Amino acid sequence: MPENLAEMEDLEAFRLRARAWLAESMPLLDGRTNHQIMADDEECVQARALQRILFDGGFAGLCFPREYGGQGLSREHQSVFNQESSPYEMPVVFNVPTFAIMAATLLDFGTEEQKKRHIPAMLSGEEMWVQFLSEPSGGSDLAGLVTRATKDGDVYILNGSKIWSSGAFRSDYALCLARTDGQATKHRGLTCFILKIHQPGIEVQRIMMVNGWNEFCQEFFDDVAIPEENIVGALNDGWTVASRLLYHERDAVGGGSKFISGSSGHRGAQGAGRGDLVDLAHATGSTQDPAVRQLIGEARALDLVGNQLIARTTKGIMAGALPETAGSIPRLFMATNTERHHDIALEIAGSHAGAWAEGDPSGGVGNEFLMRQGGSLGGGSNEMQRNIISERVLGMPREFAADKDMPFDEVRHNASPSRPS
Amino acid sequence: MDFDLSEDQELFRETTVKFLEDTCPLTTVREWAESEGAGFPRSWWKQGCELGWTSMLISEADGGGSVSGQGLVDLSLVAEEMGRMVSPGPFVTTSVVADVLSRVGTSTQKDAYLPGILDGEIIGSWCVAEPNGSWLPEDTTLEAVKKGDVFHLTGTKGPVEAADVAGVFVVTARVDGEPTHFILGADTPGVSVTKADGLDLVRRFGMVEFNDVVLSRDNVLGDVGAATEQWERGVEVANVLQAASMAGAMDKVLSMTIEYAFDRYSFGRPLASYQALKHRFADMKMWLEAVMATSLAAAEAAETRPDRSKELVSVAKAYVGERVPWMMQDCVQLHGGIGVTWDHDLHLYLRRAVQDRSLYGSPAQQRERIASGLDLEESNA
Repeated sequence: MPENLAEMEDLEAFRLRARAWLAESMPLLDGRTNHQIMADDEECVQARALQRILFDGGFAGLCFPREYGGQGLSREHQSVFNQESSPYEMPVVFNVPTFAIMAATLLDFGTEEQKKRHIPAMLSGEEMWVQFLSEPSGGSDLAGLVTRATKDGDVYILNGSKIWSSGAFRSDYALCLARTDGQATKHRGLTCFILKIHQPGIEVQRIMMVNGWNEFCQEFFDDVAIPEENIVGALNDGWTVASRLLYHERDAVGGGSKFISGSSGHRGAQGAGRGDLVDLAHATGSTQDPAVRQLIGEARALDLVGNQLIARTTKGIMAGALPETAGSIPRLFMATNTERHHDIALEIAGSHAGAWAEGDPSGGVGNEFLMRQGGSLGGGSNEMQRNIISERVLGMPREFAADKDMPFDEVRHNASPSRPS
Repeated sequence: MDFDLSEDQELFRETTVKFLEDTCPLTTVREWAESEGAGFPRSWWKQGCELGWTSMLISEADGGGSVSGQGLVDLSLVAEEMGRMVSPGPFVTTSVVADVLSRVGTSTQKDAYLPGILDGEIIGSWCVAEPNGSWLPEDTTLEAVKKGDVFHLTGTKGPVEAADVAGVFVVTARVDGEPTHFILGADTPGVSVTKADGLDLVRRFGMVEFNDVVLSRDNVLGDVGAATEQWERGVEVANVLQAASMAGAMDKVLSMTIEYAFDRYSFGRPLASYQALKHRFADMKMWLEAVMATSLAAAEAAETRPDRSKELVSVAKAYVGERVPWMMQDCVQLHGGIGVTWDHDLHLYLRRAVQDRSLYGSPAQQRERIASGLDLEESNA
């Protein structure tokens, strides 16, 4: 089907076709959430199977071009599909980062061969992808990374470490940003590679978070050979690719991505927020407490405003009235909104946040509160978003950088971590 | 403001902008605050009415008509620009009266008042607030006592916007405890108006006293005891316009403050180069976009989504009403001491925003309205 809106399937016809197909092909959620199901499907066996069913049924990658296994449909079709698919179990784990960040970036910068080889494999559930960007030696200063890829004949030899890749242990490929030229200034000596994760020389370790969650990983690279044809974009122009990747990440986390399929794609829509706060008030017997009602009213308002802000920003960027960097606006809103939701939940839970009878439905709020800052750190901290908004949306002067215009090898930086024994 | 106004909407907006800039820049607003008892000259309001300010919520059949078919969305454009200019005028209250009259008025009631409202000859005002401080119609205690075929109205409403210049009042009252709207001329025997105080320099208020005012069935808007929907709609119209007004005012104040941050130097660098301040500006830009998004969504919902409008208007009022005065105070802080002087214009905006925030239901009252729409019935569990 051509990517011309006028020639696309009519939305209502699409809705009916999707509705019928979903009823016949996908399992019902049956009171559970996709996120609960994901928690029990650590290796994503079920998610991969469901993605395959979507792919075979012609409902995978609705907004991806048809030549790469997608359906070439519009954002509106995706939105309709998200509504129709909400009662069903959906492989939402593929949304972020595989589709909305990794496939989106590959679509922008991959060679024809890379796109043909990998995007259909992602859409059919065969390949799950992650990003290898952040390093233990530096968080917000991404371009100051020290993992090296050194040319050796027609391969590059990778050494170093990456961190905060979510689900790397079960994933197949990564986009990995590494330093290929230490004599260039820091942004100009980086290259982006497609990296097969499970191969000799790569060790993946899972990281236990304060709330017991252990999806994040750290990887250690020990003389890993990467074929030259795995370079994405140009040699030493990896920053351009990474910047685009980060744009897609903000878009995905902020809720603006058209590549997200299934209704629980971003935190704003499912949230630490609405229904669960109402449930919490019932569980703590505080539904008639005026203070609790104020908090629930506030949380509900913030959720709705967040969604309205996503819609406005997306529209503004598409219309050219806002720069692409305005994607940081909903991203920051979602993160601060999540913080507020955690505060509100803690308040409503009362003493149950600290100690609770086993199985108490209001228990666990305190445990989630321990991860309150998660959304404000991942995908570029709130402080980085504020830099972006002030400097690149409002045009205020850039922050001073001590490493500007210096060969990276002469820049003072933190040491590369040693591998734990 | 939306990113995709139609050409007609853009023209409507620009016409209002030009008119406001030509006729009442802030210097004029300050002059009228001193010289005009009503806060504005009547001839000025009539000129505004010629631009369509009072036409948007009146149906075409009644001689009105909107630009886009969604009158409240169109009118929000005017409200936003009026916020940007802290314009005077009985804009909010007369819009509520025009709307309810066109929706449920009898032809006699319409004929008596709508032509005058359309051309500005008559100003309409909604008597909803009561001296106990509530602006929500559901808190109404004023009773109209039915005796035979007539109703006797005794009590006080207020503060009422533009009360001393209004020619017609819509009065929120109860008959046998049931919500009822009456419409009556300001010259009806027994009606008297005294001045009230208010924060805004040109948006004026009064108290309206009803001393055994005798009303007939002809004064009832719609049916006796069946005004709940009208009450809701009145609050929605008022709050959609107030949210848009606060959004416009905030947009202007933030622009002024950003400009100041670029122009003002300390320690040899512009304020805009300090990260501690840049981050506050980033937050304010985010909140401003959120304020714009939700005020617009409220206007659209009020026109197209009757099932959702109550919640979405409350959401907008709760969010905008709470956030904007905070943001304006932060802009005062960023201006430094000049920001709390009479001569600086910031306080004009702050006065308007605090008033918009406080009237027709405070943010706290809106949050309770939002909560009451969720599943928070007392459980037996």
